[in-house]
Order: sequence, then structure tokens, then C-alpha cells
Amino acid sequence: MHRTRILDHAVLILGALFLTLPVVVAFMTSSHEAAAIHSKGLMLSPGGHFVDTYEKVLTRQGGFTGQVTGARMMMNSFILGVGFALGKIVLSMLAAYAIVYFRFRFATLAFWVIFTTLLLPLEVRIMPSYEVMSGLGLINTYTGLIVPLLASATGTFYFRQFFKSVPEELLEAARIDGAGPFKFFIDVLVPLSKTMIAAIFIIMFVYGWNQYLWPMLMTTDERFFTLMRGIKQILQVWIGSQIPDYNEAFALAVLAMLPPVLVVVVFQSWFIKGLTESDK
Amino acid sequence: MKRVQFSSPLLPYLFLAPQLAVIVIFFYWPSVRAIQSSFYLEDPFGFGSTFVGLDNYIGTLLNPEYLAIARFTAIFTALVTFFSLALGLLLAVKADAVIRGNATYKTLLISVYAIAPPVAGLIGMMFFDQHIGPFVKIAAFFGWEMKVGLSYFDTAFAMIVVAVWKQIPYNFIFFLSGLQGLPASVREAAAIDCRSSVKRFWTVIFPLLAPTAFFLLIINVTYALFDTFGVIDVMVKDKAANNPITLVYKVYMDGFRGNDIGGSSAQSVILMIVVFVLTVLQFRFIERRIHYT
Repeated sequence: MHRTRILDHAVLILGALFLTLPVVVAFMTSSHEAAAIHSKGLMLSPGGHFVDTYEKVLTRQGGFTGQVTGARMMMNSFILGVGFALGKIVLSMLAAYAIVYFRFRFATLAFWVIFTTLLLPLEVRIMPSYEVMSGLGLINTYTGLIVPLLASATGTFYFRQFFKSVPEELLEAARIDGAGPFKFFIDVLVPLSKTMIAAIFIIMFVYGWNQYLWPMLMTTDERFFTLMRGIKQILQVWIGSQIPDYNEAFALAVLAMLPPVLVVVVFQSWFIKGLTESDK
Repeated sequence: MKRVQFSSPLLPYLFLAPQLAVIVIFFYWPSVRAIQSSFYLEDPFGFGSTFVGLDNYIGTLLNPEYLAIARFTAIFTALVTFFSLALGLLLAVKADAVIRGNATYKTLLISVYAIAPPVAGLIGMMFFDQHIGPFVKIAAFFGWEMKVGLSYFDTAFAMIVVAVWKQIPYNFIFFLSGLQGLPASVREAAAIDCRSSVKRFWTVIFPLLAPTAFFLLIINVTYALFDTFGVIDVMVKDKAANNPITLVYKVYMDGFRGNDIGGSSAQSVILMIVVFVLTVLQFRFIERRIHYT
């Protein structure tokens, strides 16, 4: 019995090292100078250039036109993440409320119209989506960045499941007390959903923050670049340079993964709950 | 649905309107356009388009390059799915065995869950870099001269490692919550009946986890097919020539780089059918799972 325990720990330690070491190394290496990294390889201990590298990445004018800084890209990623999460919660709560709590003629049709969106991920319809967006003149706008991503059913699906689990008696009681649809929604349903809303908010924030393909297509103007778009940029500059700016690339990667890693670690239980409950 | 419901002639439509508007404009319209333009040959200079029937599909499916990419996609998907599921399950079983007082492992193992595919790709590129990459040095020690970005096989290898790395935490979370949901009585009964813990796992525990495993199988196949786009885009650095790419990447390349709108659309529709089949499988399966839980 005792020996198997040690083996269990060994496997877990190896697994944890395999998963987390790259992140730790990325962080440590980002605090060294490019030349040092070039000659000595990746680093496992902190170097002395943390502040100047990050300051440079955050504030230096980059890109072709010099209009974008790391801080600006971070702000754009943040706008995308928060805008997407808020939009998703508002749209999907309203839609789920209508589907679960109202009797109306086209309920089943509306349900299917929304849920077929689960069938086609954005990746398979990028070309026509791009055409539609440029037709609407939404290239290089925050609207174009955020709103099309809202066209999916995931949030509606979560809230529908949740509303269905809310006890029937609440609505009966509310109706006896004379509450109408608006009052019931705002005074009963929204407060009840608080935890659910928080869980969905962080999941959706990370999802928005991590978007890559869509921002890449939608933004040609560097002022709208997100951090993910910046990563592609830095790799393109990288090809062909003598001593690539490894430290800056790593610093950008660290900035890009900081919020997702923090969110997962800090809100671990919510995150796991949101994921495993809603996918059922 | 609920036994008691509101009935109002207008309100439900009002509540549904924003969601439906977004879906119709940004989902149905592009999807219909994709299907439509897959039957047309678009003039590259913008002078209209000609109806060509199934030519785009035939051209795509008979193209040896497309078939080679399809074959690579299948191998890539199979390997990524297998390794990320197997390692996720292994770690979940071990964490389940020692989890008491050991939330640290759990936190460490899921911490990288939400890292975006392109960031994973960038870190992967560094670890497989010619000059500074430790993996290249380890490979060199065993006499394997690794040239990621130049050699087809080596790039494929690195891409699979990165894609698996990124997906293990997801599978770990689901397997662990599946394991911890098993009733203690079942485990105790199994422990009395069967002394070998390995045998016990495969005959009692694993069959009980099968619903979770099947659900994850489909999620992982979808991940390997579509969500790895960022990993691939970063790792091939726009030089798809000698490098392995997947079908989704080919849609993007032909549509945006090659300006072959008809061909790209036909490929999109082919992928839509693949996703459609996967989703139907998933839904049928979810219905079944609800039955016996």
C-alpha cells in the first residue's frame, strides 16, 4: 500500500512539472536579456531585467505604424473579454428567460434556431463571415470584434438548464403576490442566478480574451490589435532577425496568459463547477 | 418546460429578439453564403461568378494535396485525442487516490487550462527552438536532429506535443469530477471482491467512467480539428509549404491567402458536415446519459 502511494505521487509530480514548467520557464526567461538567452538557453531562475523588459513591451510603440503598444493591446484584449462576457450574459439570460418561462407559439422554433449554432464553429465559416462583416463596414471596430462572437448558443444553453432547475413554487408564489414578468425576472431570477452569472462571466471573459482567429481577421488597424494578435506579429518580426528578442516574446506571452491562469487558479471551484455542470 | 408560465403576446419575442438578431446576421447569413458560394466559381478580379455545380467539391476531393492534408488531420486528431485523454485519465486516477489534503496537485494540474492556443504555440516554439530549445537539445542527445519549422515530421511532432499539453487539464478536470462522483459503496464493494487495483480499475471503475470518456472523446476530436488553429498558425509561421497543416487551416489559407473562395467554401461545407455528424453523436449520447443518471 505504501509503495503505491509513492508511485502515485511520482506520477502526479511528473505531470505537474510537465504542465507547469513551460509557464514558469517562460516567466523566468522573460526577465533575462535577449543576448543571454541566446547564448545560454531558457532560464529557470529570475534575471535582473524584469522591469525594463516589461516596461519596454508595455510602452514601446510597435508594429508597422508605431501606433500600438503592449498596454494598448492589453486594453483591447480586456475590452474584448469584458464586452464579450457582458454581451453573452445579457443576450443569453433574456433568451433563456423567454424560452423557459413563457408560453408562445414559436418557442420550439426559436429554440432550434438558437441551438443549431452549436453545430458550426466559427472556424468553418470564417470566409463568408468576413465578407458579411466587411459588407457591413464593421472591420476595425469593437462592435465587429465582439458582436459576431455572441452568435452562439452556449450561454443560452447554460441559463436554460439553470432556469429549469429553479423551483416552480417560486413563480407560483410570485404570481400570487402579483409580480409581472419584469418584476419576477429582476427581483427573483437575477438574484437567484448570481453565482451562475459570476461563473459564466469568468468563463466567457477567458474565452473572449483568448480569441485569436476572429481578431486576426477583423483588425487590420493596429490600434485594435489584441494581445493574441500581437503574438502573431512578434513572430513575424522574429523571422530573419539575428538575435531574436526572446525576452520580449516571452514577456508578451506572460502578459497574454496571466489573466486566464489567474482566473483559473483563483476561481478554481467556480470554474470547475461552471464547466462540468453546464456541459451535462 | 415549466408547468406555470407567463403568457404574453409580445414579451417573449422582445426578449428573444437581440439573441436571434445576432444569430441571424452573424451565423445564418454567413453559413448560407458559404453553402451558396461553394457552388460558384468566383472571378478573381471580381467580375461576377459562374455556377459550376459540384465542381468545387469534386476539385477539392480529387486534389492529392487536399487528401494528404485530410490524412494528416486524421492522424493528428487521433494522436492528440488519444494522448490527451490517456494522460488526463492517468493523472485524474492518481489525484483521486491521493487527493485528501492535496488540493495543490489539483491546482497545479489545472492551472494551464485556460492558456490560449497561440500562446501555447509560442511557448512551444521556444521549447523547440533551434538555438535555445531544451527539447531540441534532449533530442540531439539521443541522436535526433530536430528541425521544427523545416522538417515535416519534426514540426508535426512538436505540434502534437503542444496540442496535447494544452488539452490535458481539461480532460483531467472532467475525469476527476467523474471519479469523485462515483458512489463510495461501489468502490468498497469492488475492493472487497477484487484485490488487484489495476483489474478493479478496468473492470469496475472504467466502465462507470465510460459516459464521461465518450463525452470527452467527442470534445477532444472537436478540439483537435478546430481549436488547434492557433497552435498551428503560430508554429508554421505562415510558411505552410513544407509544414503539416490541418483541414481548418487549409480553409483559411485558400480563402484568405489563395483567394479561392469557391474552393474554400466547398471545404467549409465539407467540414460543416463533419461537425454536424460529431454534434449529432454528442446529442444522442447526452440524451442517453440523462437516462441513467
